[in-house]
Amino acid sequence: MTTDAMASPSSTVRPGLLSRALSGTFLPVLVVVLGIIAIWYIAAISMNSTFQRSLDARAEATPTTIEFIESTLNQERPVLPSPHQVAENLWDTVFNKKISSKRSLVYHAGVTLAPTLLGFLMGTALGILLATIIVHVLSMEKSLMPWIITSQTIPILAIAPMVILVLDAVGIRGLLPKALISMYLSFFPITVGMVKGLRSPDKMHLDLLRTYNASSWQTFWKLRWPSSLPYLFTSMKVAIAISLIGAIIAELPTGAVAGLGARLLSGSYYGQTVLIWSALLMAAFCAAMLVALVGVADKWVRRRMGEKVEAGS
Amino acid sequence: MSDITASSKAPGLPEEWREPLIWLAILCTITALFLPLAFLAGDDGIAKPLRSPSGLCVMLIAGAIASVRFQSWLGDLLLFLSSHLTAGILLFMVPAYSGAAGWGFWLLLISSWLLAWQLVSRLSAHRLEGRLQTLLDLAIPIIFGLWLLLLWEMVVVGAGVPFVLLPPPSQIGARIAESLPLLWADFQQTFLLGVLPGYVIGCSAGFVVAVLVDKVPFLQRGLLPVGNMASALPIIGVAPIMVMWFGFGPGSKIAVVVIMIFFPMLVNTVAGFAAAGNMEKDLMRTYAASYWQTLLKLRLPNAMPFIFNALKINSTLALIGAIVAEFFGSPTVGMGFRISTEFGRLNTDLVWATIAVAALAGSTFYGLIALIERRITFWHPSARG
Repeated sequence: MTTDAMASPSSTVRPGLLSRALSGTFLPVLVVVLGIIAIWYIAAISMNSTFQRSLDARAEATPTTIEFIESTLNQERPVLPSPHQVAENLWDTVFNKKISSKRSLVYHAGVTLAPTLLGFLMGTALGILLATIIVHVLSMEKSLMPWIITSQTIPILAIAPMVILVLDAVGIRGLLPKALISMYLSFFPITVGMVKGLRSPDKMHLDLLRTYNASSWQTFWKLRWPSSLPYLFTSMKVAIAISLIGAIIAELPTGAVAGLGARLLSGSYYGQTVLIWSALLMAAFCAAMLVALVGVADKWVRRRMGEKVEAGS
Repeated sequence: MSDITASSKAPGLPEEWREPLIWLAILCTITALFLPLAFLAGDDGIAKPLRSPSGLCVMLIAGAIASVRFQSWLGDLLLFLSSHLTAGILLFMVPAYSGAAGWGFWLLLISSWLLAWQLVSRLSAHRLEGRLQTLLDLAIPIIFGLWLLLLWEMVVVGAGVPFVLLPPPSQIGARIAESLPLLWADFQQTFLLGVLPGYVIGCSAGFVVAVLVDKVPFLQRGLLPVGNMASALPIIGVAPIMVMWFGFGPGSKIAVVVIMIFFPMLVNTVAGFAAAGNMEKDLMRTYAASYWQTLLKLRLPNAMPFIFNALKINSTLALIGAIVAEFFGSPTVGMGFRISTEFGRLNTDLVWATIAVAALAGSTFYGLIALIERRITFWHPSARG
């Protein structure tokens, strides 16, 4: 899985940027990001030019090249909005609106984050529980594990809207149905990671506890659980990212009321491309923050457990 | 797990009788004897309780006790017969008691399930040779899956769950058999026209970029963190944009799939190229191997486990991407279209039929890639172990 270097969003804000810039990853990342923005601008110009040309032809204007490019980047409803348009919209909807107002992107992000976190917590709990059972009961490992893997080849994200509507019909509304989707998505990486983690203790250590006549309960708390924590945090980083995706998708069928998913949907209904892109960037920001948050928790726990955290994880 | 410690402490009961599942099953069955199986409306319209068939109960208890007496294959067989015969009879009876099942019914169901569980845990403890063990390892999850379907069917029919909420598997199966041409057309539209081309394009694009980037370590260092972050992003959100750009046809689905799977492929391939050990690289150097020779002969084979990891992740991602993209606009055919419209028309059985097809397609796709992986990376510890 592509989990190992997910701490990257936090790594860019560590002290000593200059020294890291020369040898580390900061400068290359900056170059890549700038490159992406440059490609974005070029794409925006070329994709918006057809419409701009027809606009100019209708207005019988003959703009110079610079003027033409300028106007392609500042259309009202561009095919691809330029980065600065999206940035403006983001700034406007994040900082210039009251948080409680429906025009504030922070409000919508909050609406999405609540089920994300709840679903993530439930998914983590379920994942740990399943992993514990699988590690301790042989028959469960043999019968359950193949189905857990199969459960993920089912495109649950694709049926998330239906699950939401079904739960709505039973009378389960609000936070819980969205959280359930997030939970379904996020329990899997946790289970797989924790099964690996709970099995990670050395045979020697397990044997030692056996000589102490430790019960399996004691073995679990004193040996298996502590040694599984690194695995837990790695899987939690993956899980929290998909749980956000789940919450966003789960918002699609609720009739575009509130939340980042609803923002995406209403943007696509009314052709407000700038709206879509700013919602997307906001979602990206949320994802990065959540992953970074787990990373911070990871470091804190490791330090508490007495591990020396080396620079450049 | 704790059987070793338990045996040393608790005196009394002989070792082989300490089977909590068996005792629970017997307890459930005996209780079921005194509880009504179902409430059937009589001639006067008043629901009358129906007694649990004592023959069934006797069979369950006999099977449970016999399985403990015979610890060999005979016990397994008796366990299998008693639990599955009971379940079969219950399954046969349940349509008559639709929505009217009583506690006796549920207890009998639970005890036959407990016996099946006991069977599975006995089977998983067996150690066989070669081919037989593979068969057994296959049989255990199949029994588990069958019971999942069985319980689904019984609970839905027995408790009278509204059809709109959750149709029983038998009905979904009938619907699949009935509307095969429709499902096939949806499958063609979504899978063959959307997922497959997108998968091929996205994976090759990620691979090609990884090879190109490989020559420039600077770009590599920059792309890896960005790519890793991109894999955590809700990229599926670009679906509405792609539908706007490329229209309702398969083009937009391909685009969504390509964007979704590009970064996992890129990141994994780059990581895979870095996986070759220094010793091996030095060896290639002593052979005076060129960059391309080293790439083809050493680093590409070494990267295969990583590449297949991405291919496997991407197989499910691609299917999800194509289906979700159809929610935002599609022609009047396709799995995503079918799910959203048929649900609107409350044809839940067709929705579930489509989901079953999607699940089957997803698992087959995944399984195929896993199979190819085994063939190609046969040397890797995870394949040998």
